[in-house]
Amino acid sequence: MSDFPVDRAVSEGRVPDRSPEAIPELHEVGCPDELREQIETLIGRYPDRHSVSIPALWAVQRLYGWCTPEGIRQAAAVMRVTPAYLESVASFYDLLHTDPVGVHKVAVCTNISCWMRGGDELLDAFRAAAAGQEDDVFVTGFECLGACDIAPMASIDERYFGPLEASEARTAIDQLLAGEDVLPEKSLAKRPLAGDAAGANGGGDA
Amino acid sequence: MPETRVLLEHAEDPKLRTLEGYKAHGGYATLEKAYREMEAEEILKQLEDSGLRGRGGAGFSMGKKASFLPRGEMAKYLCCNADESEPGAFKDRELMQRNPHQLVEGIAIAAIAADAGHAFIFIRGEYDAQANILDAAVAEAYEAGYLGEDICGSRRDLELVVHRGAGAYICGEETALLDALEGKRGNPRLKPPFPAVQGLYGGPTLINNVETLSNVPRIVANGAEWFRGYGTEQSPGTKVVSISGGVRRPGNYEVELGIPTRELICDLAGGPLPGRRIKAFYPGGSSAPVLTADEGLDLPYSFEAMAEAGSMLGSGSIIVADDTVSIPLMALRTARFYHHESCGKCTPCREGTNWTVKMLERVVRGEATPMDLDIISSVQENIMGKCLCVLGDSMAMPVSAMVKKFRPEFEAVITAASSAPAQPQESDMDAAGLPRPGAAAAI
Repeated sequence: MSDFPVDRAVSEGRVPDRSPEAIPELHEVGCPDELREQIETLIGRYPDRHSVSIPALWAVQRLYGWCTPEGIRQAAAVMRVTPAYLESVASFYDLLHTDPVGVHKVAVCTNISCWMRGGDELLDAFRAAAAGQEDDVFVTGFECLGACDIAPMASIDERYFGPLEASEARTAIDQLLAGEDVLPEKSLAKRPLAGDAAGANGGGDA
Repeated sequence: MPETRVLLEHAEDPKLRTLEGYKAHGGYATLEKAYREMEAEEILKQLEDSGLRGRGGAGFSMGKKASFLPRGEMAKYLCCNADESEPGAFKDRELMQRNPHQLVEGIAIAAIAADAGHAFIFIRGEYDAQANILDAAVAEAYEAGYLGEDICGSRRDLELVVHRGAGAYICGEETALLDALEGKRGNPRLKPPFPAVQGLYGGPTLINNVETLSNVPRIVANGAEWFRGYGTEQSPGTKVVSISGGVRRPGNYEVELGIPTRELICDLAGGPLPGRRIKAFYPGGSSAPVLTADEGLDLPYSFEAMAEAGSMLGSGSIIVADDTVSIPLMALRTARFYHHESCGKCTPCREGTNWTVKMLERVVRGEATPMDLDIISSVQENIMGKCLCVLGDSMAMPVSAMVKKFRPEFEAVITAASSAPAQPQESDMDAAGLPRPGAAAAI
């Protein structure tokens, strides 16, 4: 390679130090049966096995708490794709974590409608309430979660709650860590249609 | 003015979510009729004649879109776009949560028109509760023989899979959705070929929004004329409108298209909060150019009226900004969203959203000059129409409208911030060192 005509200063940074990892064999990765069966069932539901990459990464994340490098290799071995392929998918999506996160996940919406109604303050309150407990609770600001009707709101372990006062953040974190129902009266699931709620059709000031 | 509930009829009944509850209100009768007695052409004609326009944002005729699919033996697909991620939009969430079977029935009937054997509901990963509700509804529909093989003895098959996304606004763009569904990073594709010709796995694919497909059972049951009895000539039907921001009763309200926007915001949603007044609003999600209260409140809420006013009905989501909201901060908040969500594939969008955020940050920090406002506007012009998809345009349209319509406010912010050396209170700043909405008066 010494007679390679391109200046090393330009090309050096682009020469990989090793070959990319090939598709791992199933027996090399120690994939738990539960995960393998889940992914195999998923593969059966799609015309092309590649389609299961997001569902497979969800399965990895549910099992390990985040998309661990080992978990990604296990899913890759079952799917017959390279780990780099799944890594590229995992790193694209906001809900798939490629770094360790806390057990419980709190996403506070900070987009336009929530921002107008105090979403930033709510995020601060959740961060303060979870301070020092990062291994248990992962608090993050998030783009629009599709619940502007209950602004400001948060998604706590994938369930929606709102409208929340900043003072309710600590209660929510305490209930979450104690394994209790979180803010039952603020759950989106229990909310009536806006037009059926008490006080609706009363009119307002134009 | 009361709501006109068609899609949300009986939605207050929690049993509607179950097959039994849905059938008690006449559900699946249209599917049975369609599979037993109707030809694809007949359904397609009903959909085209109804004038149903796509409810996901573009407002394109649903029947026409379905008619673009080629006929032939190749595998065809139907995708329901349930990746509702546009700031301000939350109608599909309500429709899926309260009436999942209506969507399943709509998909199954539309699949006849598209001659699709495989259908997918691509739902955003954040909607976990709604995805579980859909999973349960799909399982019930399989059990009852409304999905699967030989539906109602018609010798037609349909597989339906609920596919969860994992958090990316761009996947609501139809070709990015296809890439995500094929298991890749959600990057948009070059068009043409359009998905109707070459979509999922390279096959002809019909992609429609949740609300669009939810309209299908009733149109096929009652006919195109019935549907045209609602709404305006160019915007027939009812629309579930999401209203949020500075109103007393934010929520989803189903109305006939074409009703005065003022009735939506001031009657149904209760108008502005006590002591405040409406300054501006996004009429169709955060991608729509904002309208001032004077411009917009007396317009009919229809596709054509909003387009004529230089904005758009989009997904039918109104975000109201009252007089306490600083428009420059709202522009920044909007731009940050698109910057975060840009997939990075096309340069004008990737760089344009980045620089727009930086310039707007300088504006609110008082480090800009009024000339920077012209540069912001020119950057927006250099994004629009120059990318594979409209994500960049979705930032450029509202931001350029805000700079144009509220220029004096931008200039006042620049002057006030640059002439006041006193640092704002720390509590008025967010994590990025930028002022909060409530602190707008201080800058």
